[in-house]
Amino acid sequence: MKKKYSAGDIAFEVCLIIFMVLFVIITLYPVLNTIATSFNDGFDSIVNRVHLWPHKWSLDNYKTVLADKELKSAALVSVARTVIGTLLSLAVNALLAFVVSRKRFLFKRSVSLFWVITMYVNGGLIPTYLLMMKLHMLNSFWVYVIPGAVSAFNMLVMRNFMDGIPESLEESAEIDGAGYFTIFVKIISPLCKPVYATIALFVAVYQWNAWFDNMIYNRMATQYTVMQYKLMQMLQNSMASSGSVEGLRHNASHVTPNAIRAAATVVTMLPIICLYPFLQRYFVTGLTIGGVKE
Amino acid sequence: MANYTSASPMLGNKLSRSQHIRKEAPKQIFLLVSSALLIIYGIVFYYIPLVGWLTAFQNYQPAKGIFGSEWIGFAKFKFLFDDKTFWQDLRNTIAMGVINLVLSFVTAIGFALLLNEVRSMLAKRFIQTISYMPHFLSMIIVTAIVHDALSSEGAVNELLMSLKWVDQAIPFFSIKGYFWWIVAFTNIWKETGWNAIIYLAAITSIDPSLYEAADIDGAGRFQKMWYITLPSLKPTIIILLIINVGNVLNAGFELQYILGNDVIRSVSDTIDIYVLRWGIKQFDFSLGTAAGIFKSAVSIILVVLSNQVSKWAGEEKLF
Repeated sequence: MKKKYSAGDIAFEVCLIIFMVLFVIITLYPVLNTIATSFNDGFDSIVNRVHLWPHKWSLDNYKTVLADKELKSAALVSVARTVIGTLLSLAVNALLAFVVSRKRFLFKRSVSLFWVITMYVNGGLIPTYLLMMKLHMLNSFWVYVIPGAVSAFNMLVMRNFMDGIPESLEESAEIDGAGYFTIFVKIISPLCKPVYATIALFVAVYQWNAWFDNMIYNRMATQYTVMQYKLMQMLQNSMASSGSVEGLRHNASHVTPNAIRAAATVVTMLPIICLYPFLQRYFVTGLTIGGVKE
Repeated sequence: MANYTSASPMLGNKLSRSQHIRKEAPKQIFLLVSSALLIIYGIVFYYIPLVGWLTAFQNYQPAKGIFGSEWIGFAKFKFLFDDKTFWQDLRNTIAMGVINLVLSFVTAIGFALLLNEVRSMLAKRFIQTISYMPHFLSMIIVTAIVHDALSSEGAVNELLMSLKWVDQAIPFFSIKGYFWWIVAFTNIWKETGWNAIIYLAAITSIDPSLYEAADIDGAGRFQKMWYITLPSLKPTIIILLIINVGNVLNAGFELQYILGNDVIRSVSDTIDIYVLRWGIKQFDFSLGTAAGIFKSAVSIILVVLSNQVSKWAGEEKLF
């Protein structure tokens, strides 16, 4: 049977298409515009507005960014905290999830409860700051990776996954003489690869994008400045000087603060933009597991 | 919850809890040791800061510690409640929180409903993938994008001027009336696609026979969307609404902190900025903690209230 479309349905379809096109434009334009600006000659960007395509190609902005020692150090710190933070967080959350998902574990309920409580109450900014001060973690790299390593939410997502693994696997390993450590490493972990990937991605994105801890705890320790915080400083500078004309006068070369900032922004978002379309499967799984069972 | 005896049927019911522990503990050394280490970690990083709440009732000095500092009762709270800036920041926080809450729900639901109507699977996947890209960008990058788009040479002013709606560029960041809406729009831009995921997942579980019945009754596409899809989302919407009402006071920090300037500070500052300013920059840790406690208390009350309202209305509830 061939469907007949009413006038209302056609009008609906037209509105839908217009809406979706606008939606895609509004979402993509600012990002593409930043990329185009980063490849355009800095002077030229002030005279001729750049939209989606550079008028006057130039790699000077990137050369300046890549030559900047502070930015290089910030990029290294960002990579380090992302790698170390993700591995650490993955290891401890997986271990904890393993422990509380063992059906015979003697303190299964009380240990779970201990961690679930941390999801609902927290000390807040100042008490946490005072704690870091007492622990001598101010002005150190470890303040980025240690305080948030165990997260009850991530642990619960993993636990829900582990709960679904048949107990018989564990029992047969036990008969063969395997202890819990061996069961964790050799039996459970290989089966948990999808959920490990999900959590690793959540943590990695968080670590890459974090900057607040930098501002609060490591403001003075410039050797631990991360990329995002550097970017924030650049943004605040360009807001303070409001407009690039001022910056131009002191600058003999063809780069402007705004053009450099665009290049730094692209460098910072590049890993995420390149990776996220491939990772979306994991993110969506993680979100739905967390949402349904939490 | 599984009973520990049921997992090992041979034990039967004859062993008491303590006998059972004595018998099982040697086998579980790995579990016991690792959970103990993690609990020490948890006490240090999650529970000790709660003890820090006591500093709100003290004139806290780091050198003297919690046990050596002078107790001053509710003096810090009194200062807080007498401070005009605190009430102004609270108002800003609530205003931005409520605007964000309402708009982010409407846009996410609306977007999910409309995306569901896109027939081509390819287009649907493409739009959805684009839609949640901004979620993964850091707030700094998003703020920079908003700042550039709204600057006097930015895309928005350019568009408005070429449409002849305005004669000269609007200084968006120096007009108080715009700020809350800039924050709201930024949040919509960043999160609509991401927030829609959960609704799109719920839509896939709607019984297709409902749509078939509607077809027979001659319903159009808009009517099906309005009378079938939207009502089916009601339980999801209500649960998310209850969860998010508790977050109203977390209306934001980053955008307001970076974009706020002296001209618009009276509308842009939030409680989080207040805490930061007093607690970290002025070293009045006690006052910062007091403001933080106030915020937590209000958030808890809001969640309980919205849960109750939903219960009275006979709807879903969180607890």
